[in-house]
Amino acid sequence: MSGSGDGPAILAEGLVKRFGVFTAVDGVSFEVPPGRIFGLLGANGAGKSTAIRMLCGLLAPDGGRARVAGIDVARDPEGVKSRIGYMSQKFSLYGDLTPRENAEFFSSLYDAGGGGRGDPIARAFERTGLSGGAGRPEGVLTRDLSAGYRQRLALACAILHRPRVLFLDEPTAGVDPVARRRFWDLIYGFAEEGAAVLVTTHYLDEAEYCSEVTLMRDGRIVAAGKPGDLKRACFPGIVLEIECGSTGPALEALRREPWVEEAAVFGSRIHAALAPGFGSDRVSSLLAASGAGEAKIRETDPTLEDAFLKIVSSTGAASLGGAGSGPTGGGAR
Amino acid sequence: MKRVASLIRKELLQLKRDVRMRAMVLVAPVMQVLVLGYAADMDVRNVPTAVYDQDRSSDSRAVAEAFRASGAFVLAEECSSWSDVDDALLSGRAEIVVAIPPGFSRDLRSRASPQLGLVVDGSRSNTAAVALAYATGIASSFGARLQPTAAPRGPSVDARIRVWYNPELRSRLFMVPGIFALLAMVFTIILTALAVVKEKEAGTLEQLMASPLRRGELVAGKLAPFLLVSTVTLTLALVAVRVFFGIAPRGSLGLLALLSVLFSVSTLGIGLFVSTLARTQQQAMLFSIFFFMFPMMILSGFVFPIENMPAAIRAVTYFMPLRYYLRIVRSLFLKGSGLAVLWPEALALAGLAALYVSVAVARFRKRM
Repeated sequence: MSGSGDGPAILAEGLVKRFGVFTAVDGVSFEVPPGRIFGLLGANGAGKSTAIRMLCGLLAPDGGRARVAGIDVARDPEGVKSRIGYMSQKFSLYGDLTPRENAEFFSSLYDAGGGGRGDPIARAFERTGLSGGAGRPEGVLTRDLSAGYRQRLALACAILHRPRVLFLDEPTAGVDPVARRRFWDLIYGFAEEGAAVLVTTHYLDEAEYCSEVTLMRDGRIVAAGKPGDLKRACFPGIVLEIECGSTGPALEALRREPWVEEAAVFGSRIHAALAPGFGSDRVSSLLAASGAGEAKIRETDPTLEDAFLKIVSSTGAASLGGAGSGPTGGGAR
Repeated sequence: MKRVASLIRKELLQLKRDVRMRAMVLVAPVMQVLVLGYAADMDVRNVPTAVYDQDRSSDSRAVAEAFRASGAFVLAEECSSWSDVDDALLSGRAEIVVAIPPGFSRDLRSRASPQLGLVVDGSRSNTAAVALAYATGIASSFGARLQPTAAPRGPSVDARIRVWYNPELRSRLFMVPGIFALLAMVFTIILTALAVVKEKEAGTLEQLMASPLRRGELVAGKLAPFLLVSTVTLTLALVAVRVFFGIAPRGSLGLLALLSVLFSVSTLGIGLFVSTLARTQQQAMLFSIFFFMFPMMILSGFVFPIENMPAAIRAVTYFMPLRYYLRIVRSLFLKGSGLAVLWPEALALAGLAALYVSVAVARFRKRM
């Protein structure tokens, strides 16, 4: 099955998809080598799901080229389908079937029965932590199970046929933080075994787990790279977290200084990115002069969210377009 | 083949778990046959009738008695003026008024042609038409009885009517097979459309499309379970018709089964087609009802004869599987016809089945 050789497991070149006059995906290119976790980020409507659907052979692109697992998607969409695992946005399983019935059904669609390597369902359940331990009684219908359980079941159903490429579209939406963390551990496991994983999410804290991220906005890629590189590129100087008596005047004072590249409120604190060569002493003397009261200042690591806010605002976006917050409003960041 | 089998298995499992659906499949056909079978009776019986007797002779009373004795009419009231007549019809106390003019008896006896007035409530045109025909029959036979020695009117055609297949012209015999056909249509269209749209809503259809499952397999796996369900439904309906109305097909059951399968495949195709148009289950319901079931009920000869329709509409009816199936079912139930007679209908059904299924499959491909 490693016929794809050494090329990237997923390759997108100038993908375009139009729906009427609306261009959902506008010239998107990237590649994902085996063993990597690739995060496709952006607000809902940015074109992430459309891009995934094109790569899975569900939608025909209007332009560009895509190769997945060494197969040209436009030429042989069915060939791609048998080699990938796809988990769509809503953990799409049959709520009125039991977990095992769901797995048996999907297993039969992928002809995952044979191979002589034991029961693929038992293996997939084992991999996703569904077997034994939790003590789920057999007869329970899938719709009566927790979101976290259904999420892992959907993943189990997507890996029954041991795909080398996994597409996970918003796999953690609506799942509690503990289950999310656990789910990411599973994803790491697949990548370590050499699978290429493409994940979309609008939780930016999750994006930090990816080997590489790409931010989409209005169908285009606006930033791409390793999370660390992206942050360093955005913030060549240090980033400070400032806690002080009156935030308003402090923010105003900071924004007046040319050596403060970015100053934004984060909860009750201020994050300020300084130009290279400037330190926290300049800030404390500035704040003391501005009468913002006693200030606690410490250096902090910029988050991907800081970076994306900066990228989005510098690309001339009037609004942040909800980068990082979903329309469901459930974005636990 | 293995994939189709597991699709069928999955579908039946879901159906088994869905209590409401199960009730619909098992109870509804029997209920429908019962309710519609008893209600869909257009025979005229017990029509409330008023008599306005201006002659007040023994002959005029005999006329009124003849109406009563026929069984079709019930004397509801006696009118003593035309305004009474008006009132009786307006209030609905009577649907037909027999007006006997003064001098009726005299005219009858003197061999002049006596006149009899029949006033009918035309707002119930169905009943009115039938009641009028009955009433005319009674009136003329009354005249014939009293005037056996009427002067010969020259050569006349002696028309004797014999009704075959349904000698009593009972409308139930005509309607019940029709209901059977309607049932087959409703079940197949709605069940298929809903089953597919439900998966669309849940997102499982996308999951299926992302699997190596081929479209042909998906379509077969969606149609086959509902063909099975509609077979069960029709069998139940057949038993209900037999038990409650004593109506059983005179023709071959095997032929009925075969042609019912052909019909079901065509309506399953329509259901699948609807599912490619609708995004939600409500839409699927409305589309099926307004664009397919309602027009088919009205235009397939279930109620109105197709021969009476304008040419443009008649052209449309050729594309309605129900048109052919109704003929088939009625012929099989009433006449016991065989394939030697019904082959054109069977051929048309096969053609439509192929047409609708392939249109649905083609649309299915484009949608995803």
